[in-house]
Amino acid sequence: MKRASRRCISKGAKSSRLDSLPPCGGGPGWGVVPWGTDAPPSPTPTPDPSPQGGGEEFAAPSRPLMRRIPAVCAMAALLLALAALPAGAERLVSSLSSHIVQITSNFTGVELTLFGTVENDPATAPRNGGYDIVATVTGPRESAVARRKERIFGIWINAESRTFVDAPSYLEVLANRPFESIADAGTLHREQIGIANISLPQQIGPDVADVTPNDQFRQAFVRIKHERNLYGEITNGVTFLTPTLYRASIFVPAEALVGNYDVDVKLFADGAVIARTSSAFEIVTVGVERFIANAAVDHGLAYGVATAMMAVMTGWFASIVFRRD
Amino acid sequence: VEIYLPIADLPVNVFLLLGMGLAVGFISGMFGIGGGFLMTPLLIFVGIAPAVAVATVSTHIAASSFTGAAAYWRRRAIDVALALMLLAGGIVGTTSGVLLFTALRRLGQLDIVIGLSYLLLLVSVGAMMVAEGLRAMLRARQGKPVELRRPGSHTWIHGLPLKVRFKQSKIYVSAIPVCAIGFIMGFIGAIMGIGGGFLLVPMLIYFLRVPTSVVIGTSMVLTLITMASATILHAATNHLVDAVLALVLMVGGVTGAQFGARAGQKMRSERLRLLLGILVLGVGLRFAFDLIVAPNDLFTIRTIVESP
Repeated sequence: MKRASRRCISKGAKSSRLDSLPPCGGGPGWGVVPWGTDAPPSPTPTPDPSPQGGGEEFAAPSRPLMRRIPAVCAMAALLLALAALPAGAERLVSSLSSHIVQITSNFTGVELTLFGTVENDPATAPRNGGYDIVATVTGPRESAVARRKERIFGIWINAESRTFVDAPSYLEVLANRPFESIADAGTLHREQIGIANISLPQQIGPDVADVTPNDQFRQAFVRIKHERNLYGEITNGVTFLTPTLYRASIFVPAEALVGNYDVDVKLFADGAVIARTSSAFEIVTVGVERFIANAAVDHGLAYGVATAMMAVMTGWFASIVFRRD
Repeated sequence: VEIYLPIADLPVNVFLLLGMGLAVGFISGMFGIGGGFLMTPLLIFVGIAPAVAVATVSTHIAASSFTGAAAYWRRRAIDVALALMLLAGGIVGTTSGVLLFTALRRLGQLDIVIGLSYLLLLVSVGAMMVAEGLRAMLRARQGKPVELRRPGSHTWIHGLPLKVRFKQSKIYVSAIPVCAIGFIMGFIGAIMGIGGGFLLVPMLIYFLRVPTSVVIGTSMVLTLITMASATILHAATNHLVDAVLALVLMVGGVTGAQFGARAGQKMRSERLRLLLGILVLGVGLRFAFDLIVAPNDLFTIRTIVESP
């Protein structure tokens, strides 16, 4: 039971993530400590700016100003952190405007801001070609069957089918310019840059293998996912605010599954990857929705009996209300 | 107003769901059918996963049929003995249906079987009902008396042994066809995921000659019991019942069913049968349309929900 297990995982992960959050506060000061020391960039940059904004950041997406404030603060923190850099090659730092997206009853999707900076050594000469950033956001994985209809005896029926094993339910690739101008085809393929280069293994008989990007089932799968806003490539999605400071917007539609979303950021210079970092966010259900989802999985029988009782009660109530005779 | 459905895992407009519940509820109250064969495709069209749609619709039908059954109960228009005997056959039918379902799924041909059986069943039953309804209308138009129950015209069914008297329905028939009808209902319900009220009502009328006034209430009792147990089974095994979705649908559904039941009582039975026939035939032709007309997109993708 795939959906079930996913919810169980998210339940555990959420509580641990919440525990690690600072109780409150956290202005520009907090960010300096981990980055100012020699520690490598944390995969999930620890203190989340969200405590000030709380869940309402996402409950009220119509207030972009409110949402930007924590992001701006954290950007300032990153800039301050630059001052205390040790000498060396470039390093990549990134963070997200939030690490937990709460699904409430009026959830209609969410826009997250990915931002970060390239920490370069002032002693080395700046690179002529400048930097390129490619961010890949990967949602929870699930298996799916793609079927192709064929006309047999005058009726259209599903004939051939392929199973995509553990394919990302959500996949968004953001870059500051078209992939082919960032690096050559070989590098893009090796680094899995762009949807065409990301492995989507199919089950073919007993074997599981990826196929060429022009395979018709793979193309259909990506196309249908794209139509649902779940797969996409935005080659102007990353903006450099300064030659080293970048930001990007990640849009997650309401259809997206609950679970963990990985954000993998790669820094390119002169057509090669010179640094990478990763971050993550999680989509969780809260409140009544969470209670119902958990109850359905953890206490299936009781949930079923309760739902059936609810049906009978509703029916009975209606027959009382509408009684005229 | 969008509402987030916790099990279906997506937001849907509340008023759209309420409207769908109302419309299907009206039809189900009027004809004494569950309306699953209408509601399930509607939910899938809105974007809800087919498995969740099938499971949740059973909850909605349970509520709708309870309201309907309560309304008919007050009018003493339910034959309890007949319902219980149908149920006995239904349990055996459901069990064999589930066994065949599992076997077909192992062979990988379940989708085609379901699609074709929907098509054949709905079109043939719908066409029969429309033809019968038109004949009855014509007879009424020509001034001939409408003889639904012809006391002298016993079919071979009435020659079968093990006769039982159903007082409420004023019929005296063998237990064999009653159990057989229950079996067929359970079997088809398990294979096609429908309550089967639209089949049960004509079968009771044509084969057992149960009066139309009693048949709808009786069919609703049977639908209520099967759909309530289906809800519990779906929830306990597959965790696919969305309580929020079910609640919104059933609030619309029970309201619609009230007005539907009233409208159905006022309408002449042969006209009612003709309308139901047109409805069933229409849905059947819609399935045929999907199968015959070239689809816009030859490809479909469906998430695999692994059953435990």
